[in-house]
Amino acid sequence: MAGLSQTERQSARPKAYLTRRYRLSASHRLHTDAYSAEQNRAVYGKCNNPHGHGHNYGIEVTLGGSVNAQTGMVCDLGELDVFARTHLLGRFDGMNLNTLDEFREVVPTTENFTREVYRVFQGFSGAKVVRIRIEETGNNSFEVGEEPGRG
Amino acid sequence: MIFLTRKAEFSSAHYYWNDAWSAEENLRVFGRCANKNGHGHNYTLEVTVAGEVDPVSGFVVDLKELKEILECEVVRVYDHRHLNLEVPEFAADTGTVPTTENIAIAIWRRLEGMIPHARLHRVRVYERDDLFAEYYGER
Repeated sequence: MAGLSQTERQSARPKAYLTRRYRLSASHRLHTDAYSAEQNRAVYGKCNNPHGHGHNYGIEVTLGGSVNAQTGMVCDLGELDVFARTHLLGRFDGMNLNTLDEFREVVPTTENFTREVYRVFQGFSGAKVVRIRIEETGNNSFEVGEEPGRG
Repeated sequence: MIFLTRKAEFSSAHYYWNDAWSAEENLRVFGRCANKNGHGHNYTLEVTVAGEVDPVSGFVVDLKELKEILECEVVRVYDHRHLNLEVPEFAADTGTVPTTENIAIAIWRRLEGMIPHARLHRVRVYERDDLFAEYYGER
């Protein structure tokens, strides 16, 4: 390895993916002003209940990158957890998603929530976010990003 | 193309330590994981292989065979062992810290080319249910 340049050493390192799972609870109501009351009820069904309802979301954050030769890690898990506490749990846990600025213009479906969480983790400097997967319930899950291993 | 995943479990001890660093630096970077008395996990391994379905057997790979390969190549080597002290790929002189990422890579290297009629697609290692690493053979 001594004869390799810094770039060559980095490119010789295997690329791996690390996934961390977080849980948060939030409420939402699926409703858009673009539809009439009848259309909202027809499209969103019981999710259109004006009082809202909630979920325990399971959020999987997948980060990809070269495994650091010194630490054996894709990123510092402690840094990731600190980031997630502030920018994921701090912003969304225990909240009514409809009241947040992020969902002023878009309906807080779990599709849109997943896109928002993906945007949030693009601000994490420790490693590149590759995919966000959110389980809304045990029966529904949503993914945004790339399929790991294809890059 | 069909993807097939087989699971296996092993329980191992490890600690994180880089001999190139001072004790203080190891503690700063690895925190509690740097305790040299070690700690342990119940790891869950998921190995995904890809291949075509044999028109006669209907199999991509004989699951009994895959189970036996995982047993011989991984479980017998890692289960109820101290990864730093008893598994060659994590010995101190290799400089390879037995993180979940490096365990996934090491298992890939153990299995690559071993599975008849199928291509190794993914090695996923759960350290706990809220943390897993994946390796797809990318360099």
